[in-house]
Amino acid sequence: MSTIKLRSLLALGTSAFVLAACQGEDAGDTTDTIEDDTEDTATDTGEDTSDETAEDDGEDTEDIDFRIAMITDECGVDDRSFNQSAWEGMNEWAENLGLSDEHFAYYQSNDSADFIPNLNQANAEGYDIIYGIGFMLLDAVNDVADQNPEQNFGIVDDISDRDNVISLTFRDHEAAFLAGVAAAETTETGRVGFIGGIAGPVIDRFETGFIAGVAHVDESIEVDSQYAESFSDAGIGQQIAAGMYASGADVVYHAAGAVGNGVFTEARNRLESDSDEQIWLIGVDRDQEEEGNWDGGNFTLTSTLKGVGSSIEASANQTIEEGFPGGETIAYGLEEEGVDLTRGNMSDDAWAAVEEARQAILDGEIEVPEFTYSE
Amino acid sequence: MLTQSSNRLNNLLVPILSIILGFIFGALLMLVFGYNPILAYQAMLTGVFTSPYFFGEALRQATVLTFTGLGFAIAFKAGFFNIGIAGQVLVGWVSAIWVALAFPDLPRILLVTLSLLVGVIAGAVWAGMAGALRAYFGTNEVIVTIMLNYVALHVTNYLIRNVLSTGNTTERIGENASLRLDWLTTLTAGSRLNIGLFIAIVVVALYWVFMTQTTAGFEVRAVGLNPFASSYAGMSAARNIILSMVISGGLAGLGGAVHGLGTFGNIFTQSGLPNVGFDGIAVALLGLGNPIGIFFSAILFGILEVGAGFLPNQAGVPDEMASIVIAAIIFFVGANYLIRFFINKIQTNKQATEGGE
Repeated sequence: MSTIKLRSLLALGTSAFVLAACQGEDAGDTTDTIEDDTEDTATDTGEDTSDETAEDDGEDTEDIDFRIAMITDECGVDDRSFNQSAWEGMNEWAENLGLSDEHFAYYQSNDSADFIPNLNQANAEGYDIIYGIGFMLLDAVNDVADQNPEQNFGIVDDISDRDNVISLTFRDHEAAFLAGVAAAETTETGRVGFIGGIAGPVIDRFETGFIAGVAHVDESIEVDSQYAESFSDAGIGQQIAAGMYASGADVVYHAAGAVGNGVFTEARNRLESDSDEQIWLIGVDRDQEEEGNWDGGNFTLTSTLKGVGSSIEASANQTIEEGFPGGETIAYGLEEEGVDLTRGNMSDDAWAAVEEARQAILDGEIEVPEFTYSE
Repeated sequence: MLTQSSNRLNNLLVPILSIILGFIFGALLMLVFGYNPILAYQAMLTGVFTSPYFFGEALRQATVLTFTGLGFAIAFKAGFFNIGIAGQVLVGWVSAIWVALAFPDLPRILLVTLSLLVGVIAGAVWAGMAGALRAYFGTNEVIVTIMLNYVALHVTNYLIRNVLSTGNTTERIGENASLRLDWLTTLTAGSRLNIGLFIAIVVVALYWVFMTQTTAGFEVRAVGLNPFASSYAGMSAARNIILSMVISGGLAGLGGAVHGLGTFGNIFTQSGLPNVGFDGIAVALLGLGNPIGIFFSAILFGILEVGAGFLPNQAGVPDEMASIVIAAIIFFVGANYLIRFFINKIQTNKQATEGGE
């Protein structure tokens, strides 16, 4: 629901224009979600209708005729993680350019069979770039890209060899390495946990980086690493987290999308039933600090950031300015500020260690391993 | 005779009224949350019906749901709750793909038949395990099939990663294993509708023949109605339990094989059990176990599920609304006592006034 709220909020900001532009046109768009806001903006609308011309070019900010869409993976757009960060990035992109919410949209996939119909639906709407969010969409994006050579696509977290697809990848292992340093500096039990989503190259980066980061600080710290085999089942996340905390891990890092919601639930339950126990959780993909609020403070130690949103923003802007970089792969790491670690609730010592490790990676003194299992 | 024909009428009325009530409930809910229900339903229906592509996709979805719905229905008729349809779909899917990848050079007719057959057998074996455990050891088939779902999920993911490929997806199957037909694809503007639709129609007919015209089908129904009476009459309960579960799993496996060879053309690591398995249960319930009813309810579900994709961007309504409508329809089917009660009341009122002469 939060995204809908977000949408309506954003829509509220731009509704003055949108309402004006849509009068008399077909009503089949998102403005209906903001019916309740009509009264608030009625006065603004009155002003705007005066300079409303035939079509979308009523205002200066609307000079950019560029529209982007994203197709979520099975977790949905409000997974508080990967997809949501992409969606927030698109919102920010439109806000920065002063574009109305007609210029960006998401298509939610509830099943892997939805990927291709969603891509085709977006294609029929004529967006300038259609992004597939997540490696699970690679095949679908390739298929639809082959059928529509004139349409531009993007794929996040995987590499497509098609000329009309831009691939956005992330050196997640670098951020995970820093998370490992933070976890190792924070743990008191000498045991930390890692919960992965579906095993594969993408999550392997997180796991490998995290384990290397922990070992960088103290090789005697044990890392309990488990996979949920899901990105969406919060129940399994809660189950695995319960096992990890019970067996003495006091910092758990999850790289499992919406599965992480269950990890947060478990940590909160444990803290609320026994507030003496200090346990921490490390969030993933976007700053998950607010997810860690509870009566006694906040248990989100830090979050690794993955600039899915800003990578989309950057590639859209690049396309507007220089044309579509089709067929290219753009990798984002610490250096490009595509991935990062938040300050969160880390102690000063832990933060200092993280800063030091970050510098060492940037200077090339530390080479973070990317994969444990080679493909 | 009179009661029988009015029963038959009621059997048709209950699902239709449930569908209408489900849509009304969804509309009320949308109104409460400030969405426009007319716009939403309009977006959904025009989206599916005005575009051959999306209509084809809805039929494609309906194809798989027909198999899973029939699969659930036959076990249900015999008195069992096969919750494991999703797992059986998955094993059918992975084994059909496996065969298709293992014999890339066989002629098309042979390879397709073989792949589908192996899918059927895999699903049948998977469900047959639960049936055998039930028949000989009295274990609860609900629990066993649920657990087998997760076994299927993890075994499938293991096979994909370690046997069929090294990553998260397998290779595409060759043209000679694909269920797609060029003319169907062209007709539906490139949708993934495939020959599975015709297989589904044939299976619907076979299902009807089996259940109503054969001794084995009669025994399955009899065991479902009263296991003790049927065993007193000399029918083997154990044999019928296993038979119904094997057919149930076989149909689910066939659905999985069609999903794999027709919809996707490969298999990839699954993040959860396929939705078509659980939706099949709902399809069977709405179809009231009747094969033709199941076919039409599968089409309705296909339209709702594909049409749901139009809700957010065409009507500004979250696409979860479609799931709520589906859930409401199933609720009203489940609560059909209420509907029957009112139908009866209306009918008796009518009879009372007519009977006065």
